[in-house]
Amino acid sequence: MAKTAISSKRLSDQLPNQVLIDWLRSMQLIREFESRTMQAYQQAKIGGFCHVYTGQEACAVGTLACVNDDDPVVLAYRDHGHALARKMTPEACMAEMFGKTTGCAKGKGGSMHMFDRPHWLFGGHGIVGAQTPLGTGLAFAAKYEREVLGQGLDGSEAKKKVSLCYLGDGALNQGAFHEAQNLAGLFSLPVIYIVENNGYSMGTAIQRGTTMPDDLCLKAAGYGIDAIQIDGMDIRNLYDHFKPFADACRAEQKPGFVDLKTYRYQGHSLSDPQKYRTKDEVDQWKERDSIAALLHHLMTERACVSEEDWKNMTGDIRQQVREAVDLADKAPDPDVATELYSDVYANPQKGLSPSCDYNHGLKNPLL
Amino acid sequence: MPELIETPIHPAAGPWDLPEFVSEDQLPSRQGDRVIQYREALREAMAEEMRRDKRVYLIGEEVAQYNGAYKISQGMLEEFGPKRIIDSPISESGFAGMSIAAAMYGLRPIVEFMSWSFSLVAADPILNNAAKMLYMSGGQWGCPIVFRGNDGAGGQLGSTHSWCVEGLFANVPGMKMVIPSCPYDAKGLLKTAIRDPDPVFFLESERMLGDRAHVPAEEYYIPFGQAAKLREGDACTLVSFGRPVNFCLEAARRLAEDGIECDVLDMRTIRPLDIESIAASVQRTGRVVVVDQSWPFGSVASEVMAQVCEHCFDWLDAPPARVNTADVPTPYAKGLEQAYLPNPDRIVAAVENIVQG
Ligand SMILES: Cc1ncc(C[n+]2csc(CCOP(=O)(O)OP(=O)(O)O)c2C)c(N)n1
Ligand SMILES: [Mg+2]
Repeated sequence: MAKTAISSKRLSDQLPNQVLIDWLRSMQLIREFESRTMQAYQQAKIGGFCHVYTGQEACAVGTLACVNDDDPVVLAYRDHGHALARKMTPEACMAEMFGKTTGCAKGKGGSMHMFDRPHWLFGGHGIVGAQTPLGTGLAFAAKYEREVLGQGLDGSEAKKKVSLCYLGDGALNQGAFHEAQNLAGLFSLPVIYIVENNGYSMGTAIQRGTTMPDDLCLKAAGYGIDAIQIDGMDIRNLYDHFKPFADACRAEQKPGFVDLKTYRYQGHSLSDPQKYRTKDEVDQWKERDSIAALLHHLMTERACVSEEDWKNMTGDIRQQVREAVDLADKAPDPDVATELYSDVYANPQKGLSPSCDYNHGLKNPLL
Repeated sequence: MPELIETPIHPAAGPWDLPEFVSEDQLPSRQGDRVIQYREALREAMAEEMRRDKRVYLIGEEVAQYNGAYKISQGMLEEFGPKRIIDSPISESGFAGMSIAAAMYGLRPIVEFMSWSFSLVAADPILNNAAKMLYMSGGQWGCPIVFRGNDGAGGQLGSTHSWCVEGLFANVPGMKMVIPSCPYDAKGLLKTAIRDPDPVFFLESERMLGDRAHVPAEEYYIPFGQAAKLREGDACTLVSFGRPVNFCLEAARRLAEDGIECDVLDMRTIRPLDIESIAASVQRTGRVVVVDQSWPFGSVASEVMAQVCEHCFDWLDAPPARVNTADVPTPYAKGLEQAYLPNPDRIVAAVENIVQG
């Protein structure tokens, strides 16, 4: 691959090619993964509610690229993309949706509840807004660790951390979020609320759901929280702006709020007829597709990815995701005898239930 | 294929230091002259555990500078400082949710609700997050947290402030529920709650905070799921938990004057429920009255009666009976409120009814 020397003040331009190529791979992995998710859903291999991330890939990949591997992260229910961007294996993620014992939550969580402890992923959360006090709490705990314990809980050196809490624009209207922001502002907790503003909560366009829809930062100002609006379709731009913002929240141990403009290409869930928006609108956003934009940059301005490289990359990813689907398909269903009544209590005791004695089941495959 | 978990405590809880439990007769004596209030017993439990473990913190409304709305945490700010005794704004959903994540992360929060009545605005975090986290994460994250506060009516506070949440919340698997009836148990059970790796809902009573009794200065831990037998008799079993245990004792004293001797069982914890002790007693007495300070429909009393029927059907000489609060919103007027609550008169009447048939 050709090397390039770009002189620019843009932060992202100072990153080595390989970093951006990894972003491209990560975004493409999510896109491919989600198209296989939709397929598997149509084939009824995935049940329940299923919300895909197609179109928003740059948001998860770009923001997570700005923090450390041991910064805590918590998500809403549209969570497959973040899980993959955070390096959960596609097998564990797909198997979870297939309800298999090899899934990240052994098939007990489902599409909306992706947890990955080794990667500091504190779950996808199905109740709109419920993850926002949790995001505040992760920041609280990290700060407590440093200030009260004087060291990490595992005995490691204390670090300044920042927690990332993702939410949709619909969650802006949920009471829990306002309490979460107030506490974060009041206690100066290092949490960044990342509003993935895709313009809709189900069928409700943002201007029908919230005040000041064009300048959500005003809402955060109400809690004394620094806020920025960022175009979330252009990952380089996202990095340019989010990286210094996240660094400041970490350094100063204070909260932040990001209005990240994005768009979902698919329906709200896989059972949404999408009567509330026009095909034209969808097409206009697709013209600004984040993967296409980054690919273009890497092929032309940086000239570090060739057509051939891209073909190989997409081929590899297709293969990787196909294998994940195959593995999920072939993996065993949870065994009712060990799994139904396990993981309910960490300390199961006699008399907790009239219908059963709780037990411990299988070790989580990620641990 | 992953292996089965072999340890008694789930590995998600990390290396866990449960206290050593001793049998009831090895616990320090209930008799003595170190007489303190129920609220002081609670404070002592929290302070002892906070001295032992820096991961434990207390958060709630007015817990720090005000010294506690009910003076339970009096003096704790001075000893532990504002980073561990934390005044929260009136934001139950916020500080409960925040502390749930802190518990997942590895801290050991104690969350004080000024009253369990106010926990209803935090129902989503305490029921959906705390109670289900271990399960939904497939055993990756537990939630070692204590929620505690006043539960129950009795101070003419009217409908909104008089909640008994035991019936409502005990329905949810994943949490444990503790409800001490006296200062001695308040200390020993709260210490166990703080050490337990599961979410514990700890129900106190504003009506009892000033109750005084001997509480040992030493540390002791009362295990969950073990009822205390407070009185013995063959005529009928009285089963209760929390404040009405005291009404049962009063009723039993009066009944004894008429020659009706009752077993009185203080369940101490609702989940786990010591059905074995209840069954052993009912299989001897053949009769049971369950006294519960929450509404009857779908209550803990209903659950106890159902389990009694499952375990003791052949031994019963009369249908199980229950004394609950009246099945209406809590009234304000003194007389109405008194008629609403379980009280010794109603318990005596219920026992006489099934004993005399
Ligand atoms: C408390 C609550 N109310 C309603 C729902 C049903 N619901 C699930 S997602 C959703 C829309 C949320 O939209 P948004 O927050 O913008 O996220 P997006 O789907 O755009 O990612 C609704 C109404 C829910 N899960 N939780
Ligand atoms: Mg949205």
